[in-house]
Amino acid sequence: MWLSEVAPVLASGDTPPGLLPAREQMAVSLGWHIVLACFGVAFPTMIYVVHRRGIVGDDPVALGLAKRWGKVSAVLFAIGAVSGTVLSFEMGLLWPGLMGRFGDVLGLPFAFEGLSFFVEAIFLGIYLYGWGRMPARRHLAMLIPMGVSGIVGTFCVVSVNAWMNNPAGFAIVDGRVTNINPWRAMFNGGVWLQFAHMWVGAFMVVGLVVSGVYAFGLLRGRVDGHHRLGFTVPFVFASVAAVAQPLIGHVLGMRIHDTQPAKLAAFELAETTEGPSPLRLGGLLIDDRVRWSLDIPRLGSIIARNSLDAPVPGLDTIPETDWPPVNITHLAFQSMVVIGTLLAGVAVLYWLLRWRGYDLLTNRWFLRFAVIAGPLAVLAVEFGWIATEVGRQPWTVWHVLRTVDAASMSTGIWWSYLGVLVIYLGMTVGAFVVLRSMARRWRAGEADLPSPYGPPRQEPVP
Amino acid sequence: MTLATVVAVAMFLGVIVYALLGGADFGSGFYDLTAGGGEGGARLRTLVDHSIGPVWEANHVWLIYILVIWWTGFPSAFAAATTTLFVPLMLALAGIVLRGASFAFRKYSATMAQARLFGAIFAGSSLITPFFLGTVAGAIASGRVPATGYGDRVDSWLNPTSVVGGLLAVVTCVFLAGAFLTADAARAGDTALAEKLRHRVLAVGIATGLIVFAGLYPITRDAPTLSHGLRGQASLLMVVAALAGTVAVALLYRRRYSAARFPAAVAVGAVITGWGVGQYPWLLVDEVTINDAAGADATLAGLLVVVGLAGVIVLPALGYLLWLTQTEEWTH
Repeated sequence: MWLSEVAPVLASGDTPPGLLPAREQMAVSLGWHIVLACFGVAFPTMIYVVHRRGIVGDDPVALGLAKRWGKVSAVLFAIGAVSGTVLSFEMGLLWPGLMGRFGDVLGLPFAFEGLSFFVEAIFLGIYLYGWGRMPARRHLAMLIPMGVSGIVGTFCVVSVNAWMNNPAGFAIVDGRVTNINPWRAMFNGGVWLQFAHMWVGAFMVVGLVVSGVYAFGLLRGRVDGHHRLGFTVPFVFASVAAVAQPLIGHVLGMRIHDTQPAKLAAFELAETTEGPSPLRLGGLLIDDRVRWSLDIPRLGSIIARNSLDAPVPGLDTIPETDWPPVNITHLAFQSMVVIGTLLAGVAVLYWLLRWRGYDLLTNRWFLRFAVIAGPLAVLAVEFGWIATEVGRQPWTVWHVLRTVDAASMSTGIWWSYLGVLVIYLGMTVGAFVVLRSMARRWRAGEADLPSPYGPPRQEPVP
Repeated sequence: MTLATVVAVAMFLGVIVYALLGGADFGSGFYDLTAGGGEGGARLRTLVDHSIGPVWEANHVWLIYILVIWWTGFPSAFAAATTTLFVPLMLALAGIVLRGASFAFRKYSATMAQARLFGAIFAGSSLITPFFLGTVAGAIASGRVPATGYGDRVDSWLNPTSVVGGLLAVVTCVFLAGAFLTADAARAGDTALAEKLRHRVLAVGIATGLIVFAGLYPITRDAPTLSHGLRGQASLLMVVAALAGTVAVALLYRRRYSAARFPAAVAVGAVITGWGVGQYPWLLVDEVTINDAAGADATLAGLLVVVGLAGVIVLPALGYLLWLTQTEEWTH
């Protein structure tokens, strides 16, 4: 079934040679960067909480966490900054048909994102190097503009994606793009919900990844205040986010019925229009027939339409040339939903039991789950992006610009894709080796982690 | 002055600031690469860490600023450049990624062997990036980016003007970095390190001057439009560059390190500005003018809002960061 979805792309003669490698390269670099972007968005807020507790509550354990998280963010934000730059270049290098024609429609939010990236980078530099060099309160305050710019930056970047799903702010007359209103493009109909979905998702990813690190320590028997606080603060953020996320996702999904019915049909694996529509768990579309799915009656209508019997429009209402790759979209979407529901459920369970006086942090099975909850949240974000991006195909800009017309006509993009794979693999290994060695040295009792060259330092330079 | 010209000037201001601030960060790679092993190398590398650590990410954002204004304000010219200059842009991008990642990795390496590996990648990619960005500038300035895009994928950036542009970008970065690092070492009281750097920066300064002015010769034949502009409307800037460069070298020679930074920056800024003024009113030389390349007026106005906000929000914050790095508490 994968072949049947990929083959037309490969076989058809009039597609640009750059289309497939451009798609793959964009997917890899976006899928890699989004994890780091989550840290840029959500981590400063969490550091603020422990740092504030450290100096206001005079809590050395919390202050120690803030120092370590600051050093970790120095590594993560550096690779996040450069992998974000890759995406800026790729917008033009891979999708000249989009940028050349619509650059002045969609570009303004990117310009605002540049502003927030500026603010984040400046205050990151001040925060990282400000330890012991500034009054404590002012130093703490440097995290506030970082947190705010994370919100603004998320809004701006997601705004462009929302515009691709909900094009606005222009008209096409005789093939020419006119009547451009970049503000309307920026504040298009889909932006607020999509922004909320991603922003909350970032807190799930960072909260669960960081709390998972401390759950791992607890599992290894390192039961102390440091690990308990290191688990609890990010887990509180992640819990709130995990409970809010299904609600946001539900409202967003209902909107898709009105704006992108083909995407919804693929999400729900709706081959024909049915009302009431069942929820199809799993399953594949093979030769235009749905197979191997577990159907739960009426639940499809409830979830997608907020109604007991409203129909979910099927793929039969859409010309086959406008179908997205249905199976990839469907499976990615449902994987996201299943993981998200699981994470929300576990978060609710943890706090319910804690309210009833039972602490799950003493339960080894819970700790094991908490360790994998971080990777699961990352997977959910990846699946979500795959679902929305693949589900928008064959369009880059919904019903305005086809992806074949957006892609580069250049040959040789396979080479740049190969280069991206090699460099990103190297960066992943490098980050893993360095972060693991930092954790080991901290466990061994080191605090400042001076560089291996250069004089040993006493002052707390991060 | 049209709206498009104002936006182009705002974009080009970004190019100048990126060349000065980002350039100094990239140029540090040269001194890192040639620092040698042992104690002396370690001290210089620690100085590089300390000097560019707090600022490199902020300085890097100027590149993003340039890109977003370019594709938002002048979208078709942007697509023309990216489709023609795919190879050097991709290579510059690889350098940007490797530089930033390995700089952060090196600082937190556990062992000397790891630090050596990441350090070599950091220093090497610091020099590759400005070279390829310089070839891109050369391609645009010599009229090799056709307005419809998809120009020659090799000749567009492997030609006399691009090679001059690439070398010029590298040496100006190295010269600026040297001036800044020497001043930083002297301010931190490390006279021996400042002295060691001084010799190199003097040599680099003279080499830079030679490349800038010798480069004018191949450009005359290879990029007549730019050359005409450099001899005409931009000639004053060339004189400023020569004078400021001489003053900077003289101050370095006389060990006035702190003062030498300013004429060094003026000299490099004048060279970059000379390029921009020299090719005015072309955006892509001989192909598209700034006014013809401009996108919708509403978008240009929106961009000016962003530029205005940058002036109100970013510049004071950036000034605060740069001021902090020069204070006594931040020097050690």
